Amino acid sequence: MVRIIDRRSDSRNKSTVNRQRFMRRFKGQIRKAVADAIDGRSIKDLDNGENVTIPSKDLNEPHFHHGDGGVWDQVYSGNDQFATGDEISRPLGGGSGGGGKGASEDGESEDEFGFQLSREEFLDVFFDDLALPNLIKTQLAKIPEYKSHRAGFASDGVPTNLNLVRSMRSALGRRLALSGPHNARLRELREEIEELEAKTPRDEDAIQLLKEEARLLRIRIEAIPFLDTFDLRYNNRVRTPIPSTQAVMFCLMDVSGSMDEDKKATAKRFFMLLYLFLTRTYEHIEVVFIRHHTIAKEVDEENFFHSRESGGTVVSSALDMMRDIVQERYGSGQWNIYGAQASDGDNWENDSPRCKELLSQAILPFMQFFAYIEITPGEPQNLWREYEKLLGVHANFAMQRIEKYADIYPVFRELFKKTLV
Amino acid sequence: MSTSAKKRARKQLPAPSEWNFELIDEYHKEIRRVAESYGLDTYPNQIELITAEQMMDAYASVGMPVNYSHWSFGKQFIATEKGYRRGQMGLAYEIVINSNPCISYLMEENTMTMQALVIAHAAYGHNSFFKGNYLFRTWTNADAIIDYLIFAKNFLAECEERHGVEAVELLLDSCHALMSVGVDRYKRPPKLSLEKEKMRQKEREDYLQSQVNDLWRTLPLQEAKASQTVERRFPSEPEENLLYFVEKSAPLLEPWQREVVRIVRKVSQYFFPQRQTQVMNEGWATYWHYTILNTLYDEGLLADSVMLEFLHSHTSVVMQPPYNVPWHRGINPYALGFAMWTDIRRICEEPTEEDRRWFPDIAGSNWRETFDFAMRNFKDESFVAQFLSPKVIRDFRMFAITDDDDETRLKVAAIHDDAGYQRIRETLSEQYNIGSKEPNVQVWNVDVRGDRSLTLRHQSFKRRPLAASADEMLKHVARLWGFTVRLETVDDDGAVLRTRECRVETRMSATI
Repeated sequence: MVRIIDRRSDSRNKSTVNRQRFMRRFKGQIRKAVADAIDGRSIKDLDNGENVTIPSKDLNEPHFHHGDGGVWDQVYSGNDQFATGDEISRPLGGGSGGGGKGASEDGESEDEFGFQLSREEFLDVFFDDLALPNLIKTQLAKIPEYKSHRAGFASDGVPTNLNLVRSMRSALGRRLALSGPHNARLRELREEIEELEAKTPRDEDAIQLLKEEARLLRIRIEAIPFLDTFDLRYNNRVRTPIPSTQAVMFCLMDVSGSMDEDKKATAKRFFMLLYLFLTRTYEHIEVVFIRHHTIAKEVDEENFFHSRESGGTVVSSALDMMRDIVQERYGSGQWNIYGAQASDGDNWENDSPRCKELLSQAILPFMQFFAYIEITPGEPQNLWREYEKLLGVHANFAMQRIEKYADIYPVFRELFKKTLV
Repeated sequence: MSTSAKKRARKQLPAPSEWNFELIDEYHKEIRRVAESYGLDTYPNQIELITAEQMMDAYASVGMPVNYSHWSFGKQFIATEKGYRRGQMGLAYEIVINSNPCISYLMEENTMTMQALVIAHAAYGHNSFFKGNYLFRTWTNADAIIDYLIFAKNFLAECEERHGVEAVELLLDSCHALMSVGVDRYKRPPKLSLEKEKMRQKEREDYLQSQVNDLWRTLPLQEAKASQTVERRFPSEPEENLLYFVEKSAPLLEPWQREVVRIVRKVSQYFFPQRQTQVMNEGWATYWHYTILNTLYDEGLLADSVMLEFLHSHTSVVMQPPYNVPWHRGINPYALGFAMWTDIRRICEEPTEEDRRWFPDIAGSNWRETFDFAMRNFKDESFVAQFLSPKVIRDFRMFAITDDDDETRLKVAAIHDDAGYQRIRETLSEQYNIGSKEPNVQVWNVDVRGDRSLTLRHQSFKRRPLAASADEMLKHVARLWGFTVRLETVDDDGAVLRTRECRVETRMSATI
């Protein structure tokens, strides 16, 4: 008796749980490895997985076993030169026999346990305790979009939703039901009249009596209303909320003379991190790049990061433009709008209060979140001081200073701390 | 030649390289017929076809179709996957589970020839060994193992829900560490059964707890007496099974924790026979796939192409690299096992004068009966001691090396000559003796009336020390025991050479 079973289409990834257990157990080490990896590579690679190594001593599973030393007798095969009683020098590296230790072929030392994190796992670790502020609020409480669809028929509703076929059908049914007994009696009367008429001599009185009864019955039948309010049927439509799954992200950057390449590169990394995080939350994301010096301009990504401009700085020009674009293209309420502004904080003195006003009045009310990062090694500039006034007022506004390249990651975490939700 | 030519007239089985279910069925029928003609007694077979990914899953859960969750299985999976993805390592062609029905996993990637080889190897070779060998018969219960693992998986999942993943994980870590010293080597176990297990679990919980509490009950009257009388030892005899001892006697464990310890112990015990019969079992299965497929070929059922592919795989499985090549990994159990079984048949059928001297009992006997006897009643250690013939020693050109750390040089103790056969046989047999391969650590004493500390004893063997992991191990024992744990290493005269200690100042129950 044999059973041959095809298991190939059975659920895969039986070990997923165990793999997750493993990740959970070594979270600390993995997180550290991921942080190191991010330091070491370009942000562009964030979309890939990562090779991670953990010191193997950390994931050792100890057992009682013998160490080196004492007396060991071992049998080997393939004797080609020895006779009983021969003495041989110990092979280098100690131990008994072959099997030298050391680095393996792929350059990974035996002291390390290396493995590949998938992109998802990598990002999970990366974004571990981050969450977009207001996101949960938006998804759970404030759902502005509804989709209406059919859900059978109801007995009340507005006239536009009246379903004629259904209504007439139920009216017909009601009429049949109510007139049933009368019709039956009517048929009986008709037969009796015919019977009486067939007889000779005809009993005219009796016939007349029956005819009178029939006439009254017909009146009663006709008195049954053709259509009653009771019969009306309406198409039923229900509204189900659809979660908004599209977002737009505004990248605002100062490209005036004071923003050098280093600062731009820092800003770029920040924007990319934000973008990456949004891709994990929304199905569809549009990105709008606005660069500005004294005047603002909407550009494509290439020009955003690489063109050179110079001159003074009027930050409000970019905010103006952003406001206009939001109203024109993303005003329908179907968009989750995120903004990130990077600047060295150097602004035309009189413009900064206006920037604050613009943000506060015209932009922040429509935004899920707006982040300002100031990339400067020195003292906070006037824009920073103006923006600081917004901090307590708008929960969806955050600002941070980035002094050096390595600050990005912690700053990013700070910006999107879970506490804001 | 003429007889085999006549037999070859039979209809040949199709020999495409791709397999399909009809072909597997057809091949299996013929393999079963031949296996039965050789008198192989097996559990019913269940052949399951799986993908490489599923094979890796199976690897990770120690080959079982179902197992509880633990990070170490995840680590195993990741390591396997990594090796496989990079092409550094092939996966086994099959995994076979000692259960009733006997489940063999066949990989999708195998060619038809490989599937035939694997069916003969696993479904008839290993299967008959599982059913016949005394170790498997006494220690494992093929009918109940899958049920038991399901019970274990559910029980642990429930524990995780009730007590948290972390708590269960730490407990399992400690139990896993003690797995190799969590088996009964000499005692015989009662049989497992899911029904009984479930019924008695609750009962056992309560009972064990009451026993333990009783053990630690200290009354003033008794204390006064104790100082006068000879101190009562606990345990009265040293206990070799640390997990068993922990389960029954650890003072601070909760009932569910005892059950977890028990589960790990049972699983460890289930795999113990496999560790003891590697050479025999693999050799047996290899011998039978070789014999069955050759028989089929002689009957004219197998195409030449199938036979060539089969022989290619077979020879790479039974290859024994000599000591002086980099890929030498000691004696290959497949090679040694196959050579020994083949040689036993030769001794039975065509004994030489030497064989009659060495094996007066079996030389010239019925080879099938001798095979059956040897398969049923031995483990690696005794199998080698009993059946390793001078011819096999010569064929392998075996030699024994003594590595004494008191000497500056290694010494060749014996080679494959008349003077050396006996010595090589003994040395190799000792090599497969788990009792000397692994350190002998036993529960020695519990200070019942004092600080409740537990003392383990490591009986040193040939002056071999414990590896550094012993300190780590003590922490695990201490976590289970809840009080200070000491490990004494003693020499042959019983003199304590070294004491390790893991102190527990406060009760650890909160951290378990």
